[in-house]
Amino acid sequence: MAMIVIESLVKRFGAFTAVDDVSFAVERGTVLGFLGPNGAGKSTTMKMLTGFLAPTAGRVRVCGFDVETRPLEARRRIGYLPEGAPTYPDMTPAGFLGFAAAARGLRGAAARTAIDRAVDLVELKPVLHQPIETLSKGFKRRVGLAQAILHDPDVLVLDEPTDGLDPNQKHQVRALIRSMATEKAIVISTHILEEVEAVCTRAIVIGHGRILADGEPTGHGWRLGPHMAAPGRLDDVFRSITLGAGAPAREVLPC
Amino acid sequence: MLTGAGPVFRRELAGYFATPVAYVFIVGFLLLAGILTFYVGNLFERGQADLKPFFAFHPWLYIVLMPAVAMRLWAEERRSGTIELLLTLPVQVAGVVVGKFLAAWAFTAAALGLTFPVWITVNVLGDPDNGVVLAGYIGSLLMAGGYLAICACLSSLTRNQVVAFVVGVVACLLFTVAGSPIVLDAVSGWAPSALVDAVASFSFLSRFAAIMNGVIDLRDAVFFASLIAFWLFANAVVVDLGKAG
Repeated sequence: MAMIVIESLVKRFGAFTAVDDVSFAVERGTVLGFLGPNGAGKSTTMKMLTGFLAPTAGRVRVCGFDVETRPLEARRRIGYLPEGAPTYPDMTPAGFLGFAAAARGLRGAAARTAIDRAVDLVELKPVLHQPIETLSKGFKRRVGLAQAILHDPDVLVLDEPTDGLDPNQKHQVRALIRSMATEKAIVISTHILEEVEAVCTRAIVIGHGRILADGEPTGHGWRLGPHMAAPGRLDDVFRSITLGAGAPAREVLPC
Repeated sequence: MLTGAGPVFRRELAGYFATPVAYVFIVGFLLLAGILTFYVGNLFERGQADLKPFFAFHPWLYIVLMPAVAMRLWAEERRSGTIELLLTLPVQVAGVVVGKFLAAWAFTAAALGLTFPVWITVNVLGDPDNGVVLAGYIGSLLMAGGYLAICACLSSLTRNQVVAFVVGVVACLLFTVAGSPIVLDAVSGWAPSALVDAVASFSFLSRFAAIMNGVIDLRDAVFFASLIAFWLFANAVVVDLGKAG
């Protein structure tokens, strides 16, 4: 059974169509790279996948639960790192993760175990009791990641998870994603193509709110259908797909 | 029904004390309440052992201070993007709305509780009717809840805390003086008298004046409770509309 099923998803903001009839499914064990130029509709799709935005049309199911009609069941199974990894600046990572655990219904020993595990995985221990606003960008992002993986979710949605990290931290986060890949369905939005090559087992290219290509790596590079018949280097494939798609997309700020 | 209210309540309440906001607010509130009570209200010179000069200024204090307590509740979440994190947790919008409101209300109750030296003062100097004093405190807290619910809803309409504050002050002022010519003159020229009476009945001042005299009329209590419920409902509607984009 596919963990994420997206059917004919549409999102319009006034006259502007940010996401236009997007459908795809993601199985357990897949790390899906969600690629596209800025403003292509990546973040809007992720906001609908996680239930933050209501779709204009179409539907999203997570582990069989419709995100619109069974929101709590669906959200319990999702870990989400929103764009820019927002956190509460005046809380400490310990306080913030405690809040996330409580909001997810984890209490007492279960909450402590979950927090300890997440803190170990993203190596947050040294800054656990400092206000988040005093932390470096890399630590802030790791606090957001720890929150996303806290409840060991079946579905992980990460919007630009390595944005702003230094090369070593990027490597570390990618290793973490790979280590979780077999038991989860993971969706990563990014415009860093090397990241897709490093961690993803599948890639979808989106532009102007539509899926332009969908494919997997083969022995000789990425085969992304339907536009590109011959497999090739991902950045060549990406350029030929997105530049062939017409005028640049508009930036959208949904809220 | 209210999934998430508990954790949100605890986080928001701790949030007041994590920054200087709580201490600045409490000190400011106590100073202003004290000055107004003793210098403007002439508590001593009146020679009466009651707390009327103390409670009489509460509506005017709350007009400025309640918007300050509530302005950050939603506007800050929107500005920093944490609203996306909060609303994708397995919590219900109603739970978050109630949790945030109760945190602001509990914080206000703590500040109000810290005015107890005024109560001790009148008890040392004379023999006040402590039932009337208790009614005054309950009424003041109910009224504060009304102001907070209005301001929480207004805070959810913007990502700018200053806008939330200023609009909140204006809205609180209009509700406070709804029974006075300031508001009624704008209505009485054209509206039927039933509507004028309805607007006048929203006046916090006249409702609170009765409570201050020691009479907690059920109608006044129901008024404040339903006002709070209405504005919290509006708050949840605004947050839900935000999801539609």
